[in-house]
Amino acid sequence: MSVLAPNVTPATKLIVRELCIYYGEKKGVGPVTMDIAEKHVTAFIGPSGCGKSTYLRALNRMNELIPGCRMTGEVKLDGDAIYGAGVDPVTVRRRIGMVFQRSNPFPKSIAENVAYGLRIGGLKEEREISMRVERALQQAALWEEVKDRLNDNALGLSGGQQQRLCIARALAVEPEVLLMDEPASALDPIATAHIEELINEISADYTVVIVTHNMQQAARVADYTAFFYMGELVEFDRTDVLFTKPSNQRTEDYITGRFG
Amino acid sequence: MRTLTSREHTNREYEQELRRLREQLLLMGAKVEEIIRGSIRALVERETALAEQMIAFDKKINQLELEIDELCMQILARRQPVASDLRFITMALKLVTDLERIGDLGVNICERVVELNAEPPLKPYVDMPNMAREVQEMLHEALDAFVAADADRAQHVIVRDRNIDAYYSQIFRELLTYMMEDPRNIFRATRLQSIAKYLERIGDHVTNLGEMVVFMVKGKDIRHGGRQVI
Amino acid sequence: MSATAQAASRRNTSAQRVFVRTVGNRLGDASMAISSGLAAVVVLAILGVILVDIVHNGVHHLSIAFLTEAPREGMTAGGIFPAIVGMVEMVFLMTLAGVPVGVATAIYLHEYAPAHSRLTRLIRIAVANLAGVPSIVFGLFGLGFFVQFLGAGIDKVFFGGQKVYGQPALLWAALTMAVLTLPVVIVATEEALRAVPRELREASLALGATKLQTVLHVVVPQASAGILTGMILAVSRGAGEVAPILFTGAAYFLPRLPKGLSSQFMSPSYHVYVLATQSPDVDATKPILYSTVLVLLALTFVLNIAAIVVRARVRRQSSLAH
Repeated sequence: MSVLAPNVTPATKLIVRELCIYYGEKKGVGPVTMDIAEKHVTAFIGPSGCGKSTYLRALNRMNELIPGCRMTGEVKLDGDAIYGAGVDPVTVRRRIGMVFQRSNPFPKSIAENVAYGLRIGGLKEEREISMRVERALQQAALWEEVKDRLNDNALGLSGGQQQRLCIARALAVEPEVLLMDEPASALDPIATAHIEELINEISADYTVVIVTHNMQQAARVADYTAFFYMGELVEFDRTDVLFTKPSNQRTEDYITGRFG
Repeated sequence: MRTLTSREHTNREYEQELRRLREQLLLMGAKVEEIIRGSIRALVERETALAEQMIAFDKKINQLELEIDELCMQILARRQPVASDLRFITMALKLVTDLERIGDLGVNICERVVELNAEPPLKPYVDMPNMAREVQEMLHEALDAFVAADADRAQHVIVRDRNIDAYYSQIFRELLTYMMEDPRNIFRATRLQSIAKYLERIGDHVTNLGEMVVFMVKGKDIRHGGRQVI
Repeated sequence: MSATAQAASRRNTSAQRVFVRTVGNRLGDASMAISSGLAAVVVLAILGVILVDIVHNGVHHLSIAFLTEAPREGMTAGGIFPAIVGMVEMVFLMTLAGVPVGVATAIYLHEYAPAHSRLTRLIRIAVANLAGVPSIVFGLFGLGFFVQFLGAGIDKVFFGGQKVYGQPALLWAALTMAVLTLPVVIVATEEALRAVPRELREASLALGATKLQTVLHVVVPQASAGILTGMILAVSRGAGEVAPILFTGAAYFLPRLPKGLSSQFMSPSYHVYVLATQSPDVDATKPILYSTVLVLLALTFVLNIAAIVVRARVRRQSSLAH
């Protein structure tokens, strides 16, 4: 992350308008309206159950896997609508990738994990695949550690390495946006620091949206922060503003620890 | 799901630490007011004993400065304060500096008073006590604004500094005439001029206090005419 | 004194300071250990008795000759080679026919069928009931449907009325057995699919894979241990059943090995029945009987152990130090 210069308004990558997510008849999240900045890091914070993860998953249509879940409103990536008749969720997910809370590498080799997205996308040339695997692993700051054992089973890596492998796997398909759902919450502080550093680096090339329950992490890592509470978007602003002089009293109360 | 309505921190220890910080700041403010009051009284009523008492009293203020700095450091390290808490803590650190300087200036006034009382009075004190009273009122208002978290009151204090500057110019011009009149007046006149200067500097520090209260309450930094957009 | 301090001081009375278990606790633990141990011993004992009896009576007749010769002199001498061959062929066909259908059904049920629809529930009920049908009923079904309906129909269309498939045949026996072992395969496969963690599917989908790609490249490979286990269990069951093949393809005695899908075949399990009930000379056939049973049992054991080993190996591969 570059320190966000005071009066810079970056280009918008994702536009969200009046997005509501329903579970059956009950409204889980929304309405949410926000512009997500290109090649910057945006964080969603809020207490457990506030809907931030649900909202994140709506951005790459992963909510559809849950029966009974439906969406109203619109989401546009560079002007292309993500929802709507005729839009294939598979193509959406190739442009908007996701990394999950607990690392979930496939029980295959390290190289095959990273190459998975490429192969199912139709890429057949082995040389191209190896090149992109290497590039992805380098972007994920994992290449040096695994370059001599690319054919070893991915499950033999440590927790932090596995998570970086999952990030490499997601980056290999070269998405435009990377969604991260609490990527470091299952890791120890040092591994967490590596992931945060990684996020800093990749935000130069990718738009990153991260959900975190750790406010300090959002403060460290994000250029923009959105505060959710009970399914509602309460405040969305530059991180430095939100953490020094938030405009909403609920935000102030939450981030200073004045609730309950 | 708990609602965000309470204004107290969930962590009671943290809440107590913040409360203690506030109390110490107010205590320091009260002591500083006392020193200023005492030093002016010592001047007007020519009480050398009182002046010497005030000089010794300053030690307590310096002690408080150390304590409050320590307390702020601990809170910063352990609590990672944000938003209003962060503004409060960082301003507290700066408030303390200004308060301590005011205390030192009070001591300086007392030192000049001791020197003055060794000789007969140069002239009846009219403007000086007025100026001093204005400064004391400003200081009191600034501390009240801090307690009440009232940015508007703090703004008023900042505006009043103009009066202090006016008083100083006036006193200085008058003392000049005394000095030009008779060289034997120079010793006492320069001492009086120093005291007026100290009071003027106290006014400037109180203005700083006002600016800090505004930042703490509103999050707007109004020092030096606010941040210019480059 | 605080509440915790008071509780601590109560605990520290002299009688309770030593770490001693009460008599009641010790008796309870001991009696549980003994009674459950006894139950295990009983089970082992039963198995042991069966094994000992069979091994004792059957092992001396075992020989290479036994396994490679055909029966002679009205089953009173010779070996069981044709029976072994027949069983292998039947099991092979049964697997070929049954496993793909069973696995596909399980995949449909678990991955594609809407979770609570009537159709899904209907299919599951059907599978459960299928598992409970007595095997003789399968035999009759095979006779009626495969042999007399399908077989006769094929004969009419392709062989101009000549009796080729309209009679007991290897093909029909294999298909009947496939139907019988379907529930085993379906249940084992579904369990294996269920064991695949949701996170793996999500990871695949999040990379832009279609559901089909996810199932083929991630879910099924991860579930392969369970699927294989199901297959081996099906084979193990199929090797030993008699009633289904009774009317649909097994023969009492064949002079030569099965020629093709339309031939009849011999099977060790049926052979045991034949030896036990149709033998002209009981004393002569008794050793052969025991040896055949021994071979059958050995086969079953080998298959079951193979299932366990395969499952353990594949499981280790897919869950290294997680």
